[in-house]
Formats: sequence, C-alpha cells, structure tokens
Amino acid sequence: MAKYLMLKHYRGAPAAVNDVPMDQWTPDEVAAHVQYMDDFAARLEGTGEFVDSQALSPQGTFVRYDGEGRPPVTDGPFAETKDLIAGWMIIDVDSYERALELAGELSAAPGAGGQPIHEWLEVRPFLGASATVTE
Amino acid sequence: MVDEAVLRALIPTVIGILGRRGADFAAAEDAVQDALVEAVRVWPDDPPRDPKAWLVAVAWRRFLDAVRADSSRRRREVLVDDEPEPGPGTELDDTLQLYFLCAHPSLTPSSAVALTLRAVGGLTTRQIAQAYLVPEATMAQRISRAKRTVSGVRFGSPGDVGTVLRVLYLVFNEGYSGDVDLAAEAIRLTRQLAAAIDHPEAAGLLALMLLHSARRPARTAPDGSLVPLAEQDRGRWDTRLIAEGVEVLQAALARDRLGEFQAQAAIAALHADARTTEETDWVQIVEWYDELVRLTDNPVARLNRAVAVGEADGPRAGLAALAELEPSLPRYAAVAAYLHERNGDPGTAARLYAEAARAAPNLPERDHLTRQAARLNTELRGRGDLPG
Repeated sequence: MAKYLMLKHYRGAPAAVNDVPMDQWTPDEVAAHVQYMDDFAARLEGTGEFVDSQALSPQGTFVRYDGEGRPPVTDGPFAETKDLIAGWMIIDVDSYERALELAGELSAAPGAGGQPIHEWLEVRPFLGASATVTE
Repeated sequence: MVDEAVLRALIPTVIGILGRRGADFAAAEDAVQDALVEAVRVWPDDPPRDPKAWLVAVAWRRFLDAVRADSSRRRREVLVDDEPEPGPGTELDDTLQLYFLCAHPSLTPSSAVALTLRAVGGLTTRQIAQAYLVPEATMAQRISRAKRTVSGVRFGSPGDVGTVLRVLYLVFNEGYSGDVDLAAEAIRLTRQLAAAIDHPEAAGLLALMLLHSARRPARTAPDGSLVPLAEQDRGRWDTRLIAEGVEVLQAALARDRLGEFQAQAAIAALHADARTTEETDWVQIVEWYDELVRLTDNPVARLNRAVAVGEADGPRAGLAALAELEPSLPRYAAVAAYLHERNGDPGTAARLYAEAARAAPNLPERDHLTRQAARLNTELRGRGDLPG
C-alpha cells in the first residue's frame, strides 16, 4: 500500500474544462456536487482506501522567523498570482495506477449544467517513513 | 449492561473521595480514569452491585499501586497512616470544586475543555480525542499538561463560575462529531452544575443549551445541508426541551440578576415561542439584543442585532444598523447579503453571498452561502439581468 495526496487548487492548476465558478451554478447543481464528493469519500472508506480529507479557507498568510526576540514577519494575504490550495484527500492504495484512477473519478465531479468539471487535480506520492528492506 | 451516563456521573464524586483520602488531584484523576477504563471493560459481563463503591475500591487500589511504583516510600507510609479521614463538606462540594479546578483561569481554553470532559465528564482520553479529531497521544499530552498546570492550585479554593460557564459553552458549540455527542455532554454537565450552585447564569446557560438543542432535528436537511432558522420545519422542534428551557429560564430571570447567557436564552425562547417565522416577536428580540450588547459589548451580538432590526423595522433599518459595524467582523458579508436581498437588491446580495462563502469558517456554512449565491444568480439569469 502507498499513500497519495490528491490536491485541489483554487488557483495555480491548469483551467478545468467546465470552468464555471460555483456561485454561478444552480442550487441543485451545487447540491449534486456536494453529494458526489460525500459519496466518493464514503465509497473509499468502504473499500479501505480513505485516509483523510480536508478543505482549506482561501485566506492565508506567509510567515517567517525574523531573528531572536523579534516577532515573526508576515506577508499576505496571498498575491493573486500565487498557487492556492483548496483542499485535499489522502488515499492509501495498492498502486500508482489506482491513485490515478481515483483522481480521475474525483475530477469527474459534476459542476455547471450537471456536467463533469474535468478539474485538474495534483497527485503526489507520500515519502514513506521507513526504509524498504531489499535483499 | 453499563449505563454509561450513570457511570460517568459518578466520576467527579469518586475523584473527590480519593482527594479526601489524601490523593492529589492529578494522581486521583489518573487512578479514576484507570478505574473507568476497567469498568467499561468488566461491567458488561460482571456488573457491580454498588457501582460507586466498585469505582472507589478499584481507583484507590490503582492509586496505591502508582504511589508504590513511584518509589516515594515515605509518602506512601504517610498516606497509609493517614487513610480515610474524610473532611467536612459533601460530594456536591467536591464536584463543584472539580468544575472550578478544571476551568481554572491558568488553563488555556482547549486544556480546560479537555480536562473538564475527562475529570468532570468521565470521558476517556480516546473519546475526547475522537470528538476533537486529534490523535489520542496529542489529547493525552494536552490533559497531562493541564493537570501539571493546576497541580499547585489548592483544592477547595474558591473559583469563578464565569470561567466554568465559558468552558461548558465551548463544549456545547463543538456539537457532534465522532461517537461522542458533545452538545449532550455539555447539557449534562451544565445541568449538574446548575443543580449544585445557585447561580442565575448557570441556569441561563442551561436554558440556552436546551432551547438550541430543541432545534437540532430541524437544523439540517436529509442531505446534510444547513437549514436556516426561518426555513426550519418548526414541527420538528423538540417541545419537551423547549418547555424545560423556558421553565429554567423563567426561574433564572425571576432572580433579577441578568447576564449574557440569560439574555441569549431569552432570544432563543422568543424564537421557540413563534409557531411560524412570521409570528416571531422581533421587537422584543431587538430589545433583548440591546440588553446583550449592553452586557457584553460583543460585536457578534451587534451583528445579530442588525439582523433583528432588519426584521423588526425593515431591511433599510437593518442595513443602517449594519453600517455602524466593522466590515471585518466574521459573517458581516453574510448578514449584509441577507439584508440586501430583503431590500430588493438581489445583484448585490448574490455578490455578497459569494464573498461570504469565501470567508466562511466551516464547510456547512460555506456550502449554504454558496447555494444562496447560486439561487440568486440563477434567478437573475432567468430575468435576463445577468449574462450567461
């Protein structure tokens, strides 16, 4: 088993095929989308592949250390050009191919007009915590 | 069959008894937690005749084991020599002292919440961790740090009821996640507190919790989405909880020592009293918000007051009340959107709902606000006011 992060972006990913902001959908389309995401997570729980899922607020700040005895320096809110993560789902699956398959399904979540969004998701493998023993 | 509520209600009493026998709070609490975990394991097959005596016996044995393991030989001898010498006071006093200790002002809010749930509520560390969605090891550390923080506090020193009420209010607002119903637990602990002390605000908080809980069945749609107060099916409100909340509130108000929780409960009671949204007595609700603002000067109360003014005197009056507040307040855009829609300006309302969705603090609210924007934009498109 290997863990993968499926990252969803507010900004920074290539444009989706069905690229209409959510507040321009109909209320039923919003409901259908939310339902699809819930069902997807529930199904992965059922198959034993779900680990975690979180959504992030678009608000954020860059912070860094500014030396002994000084408060940290902050910079933000993020510039409009910055890559902006919207949320993620972590899955634990048997193969890279399975991770791609699931990301494809997630990307097919319905959007405006009830059509799949075809949203670009970023799939990233986790670095394992322990060394693999090979002999 | 272990009645978990009965079991947990005994926990503060048992900690108190160990304390009277000479155990310090941290050690007593650890020993009782061990006994609790043991009870959950053993009782289903072998229920005790006297649950409290069982818990005291097992916890005291665990405590002595821990002291022995502690290699603190001298201390053990003192303890064994001194054994049961119960001081004056009652079990009720013990429980009350635990509330004060667990909400001690030296604790951070998250520590006070965790310690209260464990020592007063009798939840296991695992249950608390699940409820707050953090790893069990993290919650265990939070609790042991909290216990170290209050280790110097003399058991029996007078406490501040206000800090206890704020901790219980925090627990209540966490609602329901995992397999622990924190709202129900907060009600149980507040009920126990209100019975132990004569304090109108403790009663006010209990009334507030009961009245809000009464609406819970109507607050979410079958698909999990939020249903705003005005659209809730009032037939699904829990009339038993409402009746109890109103009774508790009236008794508290009769004492004529008004506080913020009584004022909030009074507002909830006025909503509960209206069989339909239209029957709501908004004029009285505005008066209670005026009281609340006077008592707390809380900007959130001012924001909610603007909504009530909008209902009592019309959306223009509501917008005027809103204009006096800081736009950076949480949920300001959502309130502005609501008032603008009522004022016949769906375009501005749609834009503000979308803005509010971006600033929403949680997913159900974000989804709800997004749907509001979607609804208005769909209507506007239907009227041809918007392209595409």
